[in-house]
Amino acid sequence: MDRSTLLPMPIDIDIAHVARLARLDLPEDELDTLRSQLSAILEHAAKVQSLDTEGVEPSNHPLGFVNAFREDVVTGSLDRDEVLAMAPEARDGYFAAPPAMSQE
Amino acid sequence: MSVGWEPVIGIEVHVELATQSKMFCGCAVSFGEAPNTNVCPTCLALPGALPVTNGKAIEWIIKIGLALHCEISEWSVFHRKNYFYADLPKNYQISQYDVPVCHDGWLDIDVDGETARIGIERAHQEEDTGKSLHMGEGGRIHAATETLLDFNRAGVPLVEVVSKPDIRSAAQARAYAQTLRQVIAELGVSDARLEEGSIRFDANISVRQGPDAEFGTKVEIKNMNSFRSLEKAVDFEIKRQIAELEAEGTIIQETRHWDEEAAVTTSMRTKEGSSDYRYFTEPDLVPLVVTPEWREHILSTLPELPHQRKDRYLALGVDTQTALALSSADTALRSLFEDTVGAGADAKAAANWITGEVVAWMRRESVDTIDVDSASVAEMIGMIDANELSASAAKEVLDGILRGEGTARAVAESRDLIQMTDTGAIESAVDSVLADNPDAVERYRAGEQKVVGFLVGQVMRATQGKADPKAVNGLLREKLS
Ligand SMILES: [Zn+2]
Repeated sequence: MDRSTLLPMPIDIDIAHVARLARLDLPEDELDTLRSQLSAILEHAAKVQSLDTEGVEPSNHPLGFVNAFREDVVTGSLDRDEVLAMAPEARDGYFAAPPAMSQE
Repeated sequence: MSVGWEPVIGIEVHVELATQSKMFCGCAVSFGEAPNTNVCPTCLALPGALPVTNGKAIEWIIKIGLALHCEISEWSVFHRKNYFYADLPKNYQISQYDVPVCHDGWLDIDVDGETARIGIERAHQEEDTGKSLHMGEGGRIHAATETLLDFNRAGVPLVEVVSKPDIRSAAQARAYAQTLRQVIAELGVSDARLEEGSIRFDANISVRQGPDAEFGTKVEIKNMNSFRSLEKAVDFEIKRQIAELEAEGTIIQETRHWDEEAAVTTSMRTKEGSSDYRYFTEPDLVPLVVTPEWREHILSTLPELPHQRKDRYLALGVDTQTALALSSADTALRSLFEDTVGAGADAKAAANWITGEVVAWMRRESVDTIDVDSASVAEMIGMIDANELSASAAKEVLDGILRGEGTARAVAESRDLIQMTDTGAIESAVDSVLADNPDAVERYRAGEQKVVGFLVGQVMRATQGKADPKAVNGLLREKLS
């Protein structure tokens, strides 16, 4: 495989989009700085692509084991009052949140 | 529908598994409990909590996949599907992305006596979200002033079954949903109750000009709470799209909401934005490996499924429509059929009586279960074959059997329904009727054929209705000629 095509390239980021996806409200005047910083991080990570992985088994998980299952048994839940006490707002046994449509 | 338009429909089905505990934690899976009583650090996404996979859920999705003739991936992984919504405490749903547990299967459905094979794209394992209640302004989502959240459902094992776009009509869409629900219910892996939301259907619909044209723009429709509303919603959406296109309009790729009361689909008007879920492999969970031995073991536990049962009934000689009805009937009726045949009854007759008169009786009496002696039903069918019971007398015998009055013969005797099989007795009744009605005999001989009906009636009366009318009719004509 010709890995020259995988060498780090300048990565162009739509920083406003990234911020929106992460629900971050970034100040206008910091967008450029953040964009170039994030690009640098991605370019750094992209260097991995240039490694010769010929003959290396793909791995999906660092621990290298599979099928860690638990038995299907009920082990209990938390006390509701305790749980709801952690929430900023609660009502009638429910967590209360701002209306769904305004969360967009 | 105008000539040339072909609907292309795919259906996504979400099935909540009826495991004891949730997908990744030990909270109970239980419907209808007080809000937020089955929650823990894992399903509430409290910092530091880690998921551990429920092995039973994996066994059950494999079961579902095998019942749908899917390939089972020997190796698959969980992914995080990232999005923000109040009912999703982690801000991501643990799901599967490019390698689902099950893929490439099929399900046969029957519509109007025709079988269609619907492809199954995939079935993947994920977790359910919590439930939101939109408060204020009549619960309408757009006018809500507050959202209340119950996380009892968050983390319940959920299997998503995605069909290929092989469905071509609203009736097929309904049949697919019903058949799939039945398979799931018979596997015993889910309550599969539409009204409780333990099985939910969404449909993707587009239309195109003929089977060779490219797919049109697809629209997803949601919120169908019954098979009937699924069929109505799909039908409405097909017609809406055709009308739109014929008016030179365009179809927008969007999600539409089925409004049951108004019987229309309406645009959800939510900003789907870029549905950029930024899937990545779930680092807190290790891969799933299904060995051939595990797969074989699960395969050996599959019960007989409706389509297999239908084929078996057909082989026993049952009519196609009856086999279809019976193979998806409830267990009580099916075991009545199996046991009646086991007791020696003709399968075709048993199936017809059970899907016909037994079901009609249950409806008339408003009962949903029956406890009936199958040997008596078999005996009744034998008595019909031996000409001891007429069809109408058999209905009365069946009524007696279903009311627990005893065996078929006991009911027939106590209700005095046994047909006269003694030909000598029938003949003497015929002779005396002929002797008592010289006018009628005269008219018949003069060519008035229909008078024979009157004479049959007289013989039936003389025998208290116990002679076989067919035999009486034959005997009369013989003697009159
Ligand atoms: Zn939990």
